[in-house]
Amino acid sequence: MGSSIIDALFVFMLAAFIGFEVVRHVSPLLHTPLMSLTNALDAIAVVGAIVLVGEHPNSRFATVLGVIAIIAATSNVVGGFFITDRMLRMFKTSRSTKP
Amino acid sequence: MTTEFAGSQYVIEIIYLIASALFILSLKWMSSPATARHGILAGEIGMVLAIGGTMLHHGIVDWKWIIIALVLGSGIGIPLGMVQMTAVPQRTALSHAFGALCVTLVGTAEFYLRSPDVPKFMMSVLSMEVILGGLTFTGSLMAAGKLQEILPQRPITYKGQNLVNFLLFCVAVGSAVYLVLHPGMRPLFPLMVGISLIFGVLLVIPIGGADMPTVISLLNSYAGLSAAAMGFVLQNKLLIIAGALDGSSGFILSVIMSKAMNRSFTNVLFGAFGQVQTSAAAGQEAKPVRSATPEEAAAILAAANKVVIVPGYGMAVAQAQHKVRELYDLLTKKGVEVRFAIHPVAGRMPGHMNVLLAEADIPYDRLIEMDEINGDFPQTDVALVIGANDVTNPAARTDHSSPIFGMPILDVDKAHTVMVIKRSMNPGFAGIDNPLYYLDNTLMLFGDAKQFVGAIVRELGGGH
Repeated sequence: MGSSIIDALFVFMLAAFIGFEVVRHVSPLLHTPLMSLTNALDAIAVVGAIVLVGEHPNSRFATVLGVIAIIAATSNVVGGFFITDRMLRMFKTSRSTKP
Repeated sequence: MTTEFAGSQYVIEIIYLIASALFILSLKWMSSPATARHGILAGEIGMVLAIGGTMLHHGIVDWKWIIIALVLGSGIGIPLGMVQMTAVPQRTALSHAFGALCVTLVGTAEFYLRSPDVPKFMMSVLSMEVILGGLTFTGSLMAAGKLQEILPQRPITYKGQNLVNFLLFCVAVGSAVYLVLHPGMRPLFPLMVGISLIFGVLLVIPIGGADMPTVISLLNSYAGLSAAAMGFVLQNKLLIIAGALDGSSGFILSVIMSKAMNRSFTNVLFGAFGQVQTSAAAGQEAKPVRSATPEEAAAILAAANKVVIVPGYGMAVAQAQHKVRELYDLLTKKGVEVRFAIHPVAGRMPGHMNVLLAEADIPYDRLIEMDEINGDFPQTDVALVIGANDVTNPAARTDHSSPIFGMPILDVDKAHTVMVIKRSMNPGFAGIDNPLYYLDNTLMLFGDAKQFVGAIVRELGGGH
């Protein structure tokens, strides 16, 4: 148990540094799509909710909370990727918009 | 433990590993518009793999509700992905709320399933998960309400606000500490969650519309951190990674936003912007300004070589971006060099202006960041300000008593001619007077942004 906590802390630390480095290089042009994309990625929390619902079919409490959680997170996954794609398709250079 | 279980567990972990790599690549490819769409694809593949991999989980015995919930969630997600670009800030706030809701609910269920046998570390991260999740949920709902104008955009403040907030926060953290020591104290858990929910509301109501870019970024960061905390609780490294990426991304954006307003986090969160300025605006009397008609404005623009357009939230409110595109097209056809100067906090969320202008088909290589374009204003013939105010206020450079002193601004006053489209001389949202309007090289164009730009376009188009 003890070592798995430490492992998890290492993973968090490294991922946070990677996040800083990667996001620092994102053009300010794309800050809005960046936020909607990270939102969609963050909705990976849905896997926690799926396991919760699947593992506890006899707990009505866990099922109700888990189902709402899956609905909320899935709407972020679908909506987030969808709108990010719509936004990015709009970004064109002057060369590509000239007829 | 059977070998079969260990086997499927390995497969899931490998799938999560691949998904983590895809998520990181997804963010990396966002660095430029040329590769950004690969980024979405990588993210989508990672997400499908992760969800599919989770289905292999040996403990899952009931599928019915999972499938129903996934279908319902997708059904809600599609309209949320189709909102107009002007509504993207409130959509983003709403999705922060949904993400935080998911995390809070799972955390709550986990507590009741595990209590009273919750190890100390587990209980600490679980408390962090639901406190951050709870306050992000209600805080984001408030932000979305303000942006959608269901709730008043003006900061709502009362005496002793900071003290109340501070005490509530202490109670929430105190309950968390007690629960870590005595995880069997079940009645304390709803108290902790409830206070976090109230705290989220109180945290956002004193914040005004102009501070929304910082607040949205901060809530973005909290949503990520709460998901990472959930990863610790569930021992799920993919969740920790995704949460850490989202948390650091939101954090970086908040830093950029508060720097662009020359304010600290604490100042944004604990000092409602609106209060300070009422006195500053009251002291000024009517000073003479020069105004111009659309015909005059069109003539000046047509005679220019270099034009810089400065869009602000007012342009979005007036839905003027498509008329601005027509103006851009006409001027470009006449050989005028037209560029757009984008202040980091223009609009209601980070990068909002870029998306609105891109939607209006303005090429993104014409959208120039503040630091890059500021040196060019002295060589600019016309700076046309549309619906922006505070970000062009020269008092931020010179007037030590100004509430926005020190905030980096677009140096439009250095252009040969400045034209400002504005409804009236009423001070803007923050209520700060803008000396730019009284300069000798400034012309005020009074009217609705969409109609005024439309009138200029007709003038220019009528010439041939």
